[in-house]
Amino acid sequence: MQIDFIAILPEIILTVTALLVLAADLALRGDAKQFVNPLAGLGTVAAIIATVALWGSERVTFGTMYVVDDFAVLFKLLFLGTLLAILAISWRYIAEHRFFQGEYYFLLLTSFIGMLLMPSSRDLIMLFIALETVSVPAFVMVGMRKRDLYSSESALKFFLLGVLAAALMLFGMSMVYGFAGTTDLVGIAAAISGETASVPLLLGSVMLVLVGFGFKISAVPFHFWAPDTYSGAPMPVAAMLAVASKAAGFAGLVVVAFIAFEPVADVWGPMLGVLAVLTMTVGNLIALQQRDLIRLLAYSSVAQAGYILIPFGLARTGPGAAVVNAAAIEAVVFYLIAYAVMNVGAFAVAIAVERRTGLRSIADYAGLSGRSPLLAMGMTVFLLSLGGAPLTVGLWAKFAILEAIAVDITLFGIVLAGFLVVNSVIAFFYYLKVVRTVWMDEAPAGLPQLQPGFNLSAVVVVLMVGTLVLGVLPGLVTDFSSVISIVAAG
Amino acid sequence: MAIGYYFIVSALLFSIGLIGVLLRRNAIVLFMCIELMLNSVNLTLAAAARMWGGPDGQVFVFFVIVVAAAEAVVGLALIVNLYFRRGTLDVDVPQLLRW
Repeated sequence: MQIDFIAILPEIILTVTALLVLAADLALRGDAKQFVNPLAGLGTVAAIIATVALWGSERVTFGTMYVVDDFAVLFKLLFLGTLLAILAISWRYIAEHRFFQGEYYFLLLTSFIGMLLMPSSRDLIMLFIALETVSVPAFVMVGMRKRDLYSSESALKFFLLGVLAAALMLFGMSMVYGFAGTTDLVGIAAAISGETASVPLLLGSVMLVLVGFGFKISAVPFHFWAPDTYSGAPMPVAAMLAVASKAAGFAGLVVVAFIAFEPVADVWGPMLGVLAVLTMTVGNLIALQQRDLIRLLAYSSVAQAGYILIPFGLARTGPGAAVVNAAAIEAVVFYLIAYAVMNVGAFAVAIAVERRTGLRSIADYAGLSGRSPLLAMGMTVFLLSLGGAPLTVGLWAKFAILEAIAVDITLFGIVLAGFLVVNSVIAFFYYLKVVRTVWMDEAPAGLPQLQPGFNLSAVVVVLMVGTLVLGVLPGLVTDFSSVISIVAAG
Repeated sequence: MAIGYYFIVSALLFSIGLIGVLLRRNAIVLFMCIELMLNSVNLTLAAAARMWGGPDGQVFVFFVIVVAAAEAVVGLALIVNLYFRRGTLDVDVPQLLRW
C-alpha cells in the first residue's frame, strides 16, 4: 500500500516534536527545563506550514481511511493555532507551579495529534483512535497537580465519565458494524440507505455513537464533568479542554453525522436540535449563579456548545438536503473559529490574573481596569464577543447560525432561532456582570499592578485584535465554500 | 450455532456493566464494570466480523484491547493517587466536587 506522507506530514512533525520534547526534558536540568516550551512552539509552527501547504488539494491515503481536504485542513489550522496560543499562555504558568514540564508538553502535543487526526478520519476505527488519543493524555493532564486533592478528584471524575462515554460509543460502533458490515463511513451510509424501513436497533446504535461525541463537546446531559474538571485542572489545560478538545469533538461529530449517518438525518437531526436547546438553556441558567470565573467560563462553554449544536438540528436527508446540510456545516465551522479566538482569550486573561495570586472568583476581578488596563480591555472584548455584541466576531457567529436556519425555514428552525435569541440575552447578564466588576468596582487595597509578561500580553493582544477585526470584516474567514465538500461525499 | 446468540450474550454483558456503573460506588469496581462493557463490545465485534467474514471487525477488536489497556494504566494511576490523598475510594464520600 502506498502511503501519502505529504498528507500526514503535520501529524509526523508533531509526533517528532513530542518525542524531542520528552528527550529534551531528560537532558535539561532545573530551570532550563522550561525551554522545552519554545521547542514545542517551533514544532507547531513547522506543522502549521506543512498544513497550509495542503490547502486546496485533496489527498486520500491509508486506503480510504484518511482524507485531507479543505474541511480537514481548516480544522487542523484551527487546532494548531489554538496549540500555539496555549503553549504561549502555558510557559510561565507551568514553569512557576513546579509541574512536570516535559511530561506536560509531551501530553499536550500527543492530545493535539489526536485532534489533527479527527477531521481527516473516514473510518470508525480511525475516529475511535483519534478520540482516545485526544482523551487519554487529557485525563493525565487534568490530574497533573497530583498533590492537590481537588485536581486528583476532578481527574478521576473526568476519567470515569470519559471512559464510560467511550464504552457507550464503542458499543454503538460495534452494532453499526454489525449492520453495515464495514467500518468505512461512506460504506456505512450506503448500507444504511439500503435499509427499506429504519430499524429501531440501528437508530439506537446511531444514538450511542453520538453520545460519545456529546460527552466530548459537553452537551447536556453529558456536561457534568465540565465545570469540575475545568476548575480542578491547571488553567492552560482547562483552556485546551474548553476550546481544542471541544472543537475536535465537533469535527468528529460533523464527519460521523454528515457522512456515515446522513441517511438517517431525519432522526438524529431533531434529536440533536432538542439537545441544543437543552444545552444552551441549562448552561446559561447555571452560569448565572456562578461566583468562580472558571466555573462561569465552563458553563458558558456548555452554553456555547448548545449554540454550535443548533445547525446539527437542521440536518435532513432526501432531495434538496445537500444545500441545508452544507449551510449547517459552514455555520458550525465559522462558529468554532470564532469561539476558539474569544474563549482562548478569556482563559488567557484569567491565567494572567490567577498566576501569582491564585485569585479566581469574580469578586477578585474588581478594579482590574486599574491594575492592568490591557487585561481589562481584553476581558471586556472577549466576554462581549462570547455574548455576541456588535463589532465583535461573536455577533457574526450567531448570524451564521441564523443564516443556516434561513436557508430553508421550518417550524423547528424558527423554534431553535427563538431559543438562540432568548439565550443570547440571558447570557449577556452574566457576561456583563463580570465586565461591570472589572470596570466599576473598587479594587481591594494592597493588590499590586499586574505584570502579565510578554507571552500572555502578546496572546491577549493578538486575540483581541482578531476578535475585533473579524467583527468588522467577517468575510476574512467566512469565504469557505470549499469546506463543505464533504456533503457531496455523504 | 447461530451468531445471534453471541449478540444476546454481549448485550447482557453490556447491561451488567452499565448497571454496575450506575449502582456501585467504589472507583475500582466502577472501572471494572466499564472494562466489562468494553469486553462486551469486543464480543459483538468478533461475532459481527465472523458474520460478515471481513477483517475490519477483528482489527477493531485489537484496537479496543490496546486502548482499554492504555486507559487502565492511566485510570489505575489516577485511582491510586486519589487513594493516597484521601484514604478511600468511595465516590459518594462528601468531597470538594459534587459527583
